[in-house]
Amino acid sequence: MNKVMSNKWVITIYILPALLLVGVLIFIPLLLSGYYGLMDWNGISAMEFIGLENYITAIQDVKFWESAWHSLLLALFSTLSLVGYLAISVILASRIKGSDLLRKIYLVPMLLSSVAIAQLWIKVFNPTNGMLNSVLMTIGFENPPAWLAEPSIVLFAIFVPILWQYAGFYILIYYAALKNIPETIIEAARIDGATPLQIAFRIKVPLIMTVIKVTIVLAIVGSLKYFDLIYVMTGGGPNGASEVMASYMYKLAFSSNDFGYGSAIGFLLLIITLIVTIIIRKATATKEEIQY
Amino acid sequence: MFKKKAITFLLSVFMLLTLAVGCSDADEGQASSEDGKTVKFMHLWPEGSSAQHNKIVSEIINDFESENPDVTIDLEVLSNEQYKDKLKVLSTSNELPDVGMTWAAGFLEPYVDGELFAPLDDLVEGELKNRFVSGTAEAYAVDGTTYGLPLELNIATVFYNKAIFEAYGLEAPKTYEEFQQIVKTLNDNGVAPVALGNKDRWTGSLWYMYLADRIGGSDLLTNAINRSASFDDPDLVQAAKEVQNLVDMNTFVKGFNGLSDEEAKSMFMNEQAAMYLIATWDLPNYTTNEDVPQEFRDSVGYFNFPTVDGNGDMNSFVGGPGVGLFVSENSEVKQEAKDFASFFVQEWGEKSVTEAGVIPATKVDAGSLDLPQMYVDVLNDLNQASNLTLFADVQMSADVAQVHLDMIQSLFGKEVAPGDFTKQHGDALSNE
Repeated sequence: MNKVMSNKWVITIYILPALLLVGVLIFIPLLLSGYYGLMDWNGISAMEFIGLENYITAIQDVKFWESAWHSLLLALFSTLSLVGYLAISVILASRIKGSDLLRKIYLVPMLLSSVAIAQLWIKVFNPTNGMLNSVLMTIGFENPPAWLAEPSIVLFAIFVPILWQYAGFYILIYYAALKNIPETIIEAARIDGATPLQIAFRIKVPLIMTVIKVTIVLAIVGSLKYFDLIYVMTGGGPNGASEVMASYMYKLAFSSNDFGYGSAIGFLLLIITLIVTIIIRKATATKEEIQY
Repeated sequence: MFKKKAITFLLSVFMLLTLAVGCSDADEGQASSEDGKTVKFMHLWPEGSSAQHNKIVSEIINDFESENPDVTIDLEVLSNEQYKDKLKVLSTSNELPDVGMTWAAGFLEPYVDGELFAPLDDLVEGELKNRFVSGTAEAYAVDGTTYGLPLELNIATVFYNKAIFEAYGLEAPKTYEEFQQIVKTLNDNGVAPVALGNKDRWTGSLWYMYLADRIGGSDLLTNAINRSASFDDPDLVQAAKEVQNLVDMNTFVKGFNGLSDEEAKSMFMNEQAAMYLIATWDLPNYTTNEDVPQEFRDSVGYFNFPTVDGNGDMNSFVGGPGVGLFVSENSEVKQEAKDFASFFVQEWGEKSVTEAGVIPATKVDAGSLDLPQMYVDVLNDLNQASNLTLFADVQMSADVAQVHLDMIQSLFGKEVAPGDFTKQHGDALSNE
């Protein structure tokens, strides 16, 4: 096999299909959207080259930066929520009764499509007939808020289902990583007299640090480009109070018929995500490799 | 050495095979339509949400295919918002269906600019001459050329629940003061007065448009939009103030800015709200739709938007043609496509009245048909209409329409002052 792998032709054949697909479906459209960003284009009639005007407008566009701030908030909250998922996984992985069943229950939201989740939570949040407000009213709140209509609340109300949606995914990753830690290490720690908490914080978490770093990057990048639930549940409204970068881009391109500007925003979204990813990678980089 | 080459060779063969299989699949799909011509048709009435519309379309297609055995209609159905998106994507790659649905005025213009829709003057001046209600086909004209054949005609009216009104001794209002009194009485009795789903924003726009029409006269808003009048007009500001007054009076259901129109409609239809301002495309729900309980259908009445401070004309309506048919300019089967569009419009005009209970854009002889009473009333209202103002977001270009819709949501949410509301409209229009 080593012999085969040293042949450049073989390497090319292995790599080429994936490279072509990624190139045609991802990198070329990326560059194209950067190029369309230089145009004044309504998506239908002829394009007109206007240089960097769209990008300059975007940088001065208050609404764009508001939506970027909302995306960053989402990134922050999803990163914080990872702590909770980690705690749950540590408990699940420590052979408690029914951990198998619980793991499957946590995974269920991941199996639902985003639109189904959105419809479900629209019903939960309904101001007069919704589950949430019905519960609040029976326990004594007279005037519970209209969750998806109040500009000051709507963003955080939508964060709940977004975080809930991905809980199972991260719990699954952490669970698998934790299960990978050799039992002998835990055994040794126990013999040395370590408490369960010490085992969790001093042994388990450090040992899966590489996985934790990966999930942080996943959570942040996923949040910055997040779109689905926002689009279905509020469409970015009321008046931009729950707009994120991706939904703003969509609105410009498809509702305002401004594909040029929409593409420019899309390209900026890419750049912002790229910069943040690089920063995170740098900030969490370590030289030592973990060896069991 | 031989082994290595063999593996490389095998791999390449395998990959070529995969490619070949992929290609041959694609070829098979096209082969079947060789003998006749295929007209691609896209519409936006899925079976689930628009059962009657969908059924009529299938009937029309069947009739057309049996009259023209060499033409096959290739159908694609999407729901409203998905339809709009797909149409845009298809137009960028120049793959529009041969016949499809479009909206009037502002929506149509970029497609006409891009020379994607075929002029249909020959049909409108020819076999369809004098068939359309005046003002409907004109809404699809750009610079005197018609690019769409209107199917529907809608006017917005306030539907109300007669059972709820009776329970509190209320009657349909003729003036704004009476309307406000009704709102107050309903609120005092814990009934939500008006169902409004302002997440969709055009729903709130209807309220603003009617107030502007009653306060400032029927031409004011249209003139402001085409810039022959100013949005700073005190009457337009006053209309915006009135909207916020209504919000302060708790006229609309709780959380309306987060509710979709569908949710608002279901509140009205579950008798959780007494009134609902919507266009007549909803008429079937209150007349012929068998899925809605008979008892509820019987309890629904409607009234025209009341006069405000003695101003305005109750026979002036907000409304307009809904969707119309376009024929693609680059269609390879343009003649067949035009035939189908024309056939569709004619048969739609007959069937939509009796089977779907909607008002077609073609003229209807109401006397010869057995129609529900509310339907006849609406047709009479339409005959007496002194003015029909086209929906604001349809009149405006897409950019401005977005500003208008966002501003409507802010106005109802009281995040913007009435003066700023109109100023932003003016700014958006002058930046156009």
